[in-house]
Amino acid sequence: MGFRHKDIIALKDLTKEEITLLLDTADSLSEINQRDIKKVPTLRGKTVINLFYEASTRTRTSFEIAAKRLSADAVNITASTSSVVKGETLSDTANNLLAMKPDIIVMRHAVSGAHEYLAKRVSCSVINAGDGAHEHPSQGLLDMLTMRQKFGKLDGLKVAIIGDITHSRVARSDIYGLTTMGSHVFLAGPPTMMPVGIERLGNVTVCKDMREAVDKADVVMMLRIQLERQGKTLLPSMREYSRYFGLNPEVLGLAKKNAIVMHPGPINRGVELASSVADCDQSAILTQVENGVAVRMAMLYHVCGGEPVE
Amino acid sequence: MADNTVILDGSGVKRALTRIAHEVLEKNKGVEGLVLVGIRTGGVFLAQELAERLVEIEGVEVPCGAVDITMYRDDIKGHAEHLPVGKTELPFSIEGKKVVLVDDVLFTGRTIRAAMDALMDQGRASCIQLAVLVDRGHRDLPIRADFVGRNVPTSRSENIVVAFDAGNKPTEVILQK
Repeated sequence: MGFRHKDIIALKDLTKEEITLLLDTADSLSEINQRDIKKVPTLRGKTVINLFYEASTRTRTSFEIAAKRLSADAVNITASTSSVVKGETLSDTANNLLAMKPDIIVMRHAVSGAHEYLAKRVSCSVINAGDGAHEHPSQGLLDMLTMRQKFGKLDGLKVAIIGDITHSRVARSDIYGLTTMGSHVFLAGPPTMMPVGIERLGNVTVCKDMREAVDKADVVMMLRIQLERQGKTLLPSMREYSRYFGLNPEVLGLAKKNAIVMHPGPINRGVELASSVADCDQSAILTQVENGVAVRMAMLYHVCGGEPVE
Repeated sequence: MADNTVILDGSGVKRALTRIAHEVLEKNKGVEGLVLVGIRTGGVFLAQELAERLVEIEGVEVPCGAVDITMYRDDIKGHAEHLPVGKTELPFSIEGKKVVLVDDVLFTGRTIRAAMDALMDQGRASCIQLAVLVDRGHRDLPIRADFVGRNVPTSRSENIVVAFDAGNKPTEVILQK
């Protein structure tokens, strides 16, 4: 079976087989990252533009390394150093970039749906590196790869996702991806940060208490409190949030013995995650970052290698 | 329906592999510094068979690995059906080693070129030799095998299939017309 999408905008758009193909490819490609010469000629002559309208260290670097490991030429554009500050629209930016004949545009944008808008207007492939509070498919895939490596499967896993679900594109991609793959997702967070009707997405249970979600979980996924997105009206105080929705060793003790702790980063130490938990043996946070490169290599490879969409 | 002709049956394949094993030993004057690397997927099974023959003849185990060439192909577009990508597994260094690259069918030579590129990224072997079960001709690149089980002149429209059983043992070679 091949991968027949021109773009990767959302995990919601992908089938179980397509997600499995991306994860299998990433699993194989991770071997390249262990070599002395970490480079293969697969995408030689292809140009990847990383267009980042929002600050990012991990994702941008990871996409850049992924492109370079596949021998593509990667160009980075950040909004603060581009003509966006002069008032250029996304459509004009896209047309100008397109005139330089890139093969793939990897974009991060603060507006949900910006990628869909872009993908419809350009002939090259578009990969979503995070759009507003919508989706972050590469993060969802690397999370699933990390879980699959640990447990050998995704089907039947109990995954607790704790924190600001409303503003989290990571949570949305994880929910779509994991439920497609047969995992059961348990959500917990302040009621002001829990979207109404989220349980309608399928195999999703909303818990009132974090302990209920973490109880006998295989994976505890902690989300970052995104102060830049929500203003100050949704939380009384950080201390209170940390007390009710922070992961400490005692709460983690409720999960299965071999459970792993995950976090998309960057961590607010002492808020959503106690420092001792972030650095404990059960923490898979750095494995997630490592898997990020392989997953992004797989995404770049498949949008280039897949047959054109009819 | 395809017209199938069996070119080599089970015992024919065995004899061909035994002969290749003897030729490998002859050319390399033993197994010193020798490693076998099979090209995924058929080549890997044949490399394991060859390794078994070498143990039978010389009583020494020759390191055996696998190379996946998907990321080294020169035709990424339009080959979506070849996915997913396999893993290159070389549990030893090829630095300074005599590498015998093993594949089931030698055809255009593009797979072998890709495999050699993949091997060179893993280290500098002292030499690379090529062993194939069937050479069917029609080369696009100037590549020649050092050890050939059987030369089978074919037309481009024909296909050669090496069949393996559930235990990955080669059972027969079929020409599909």
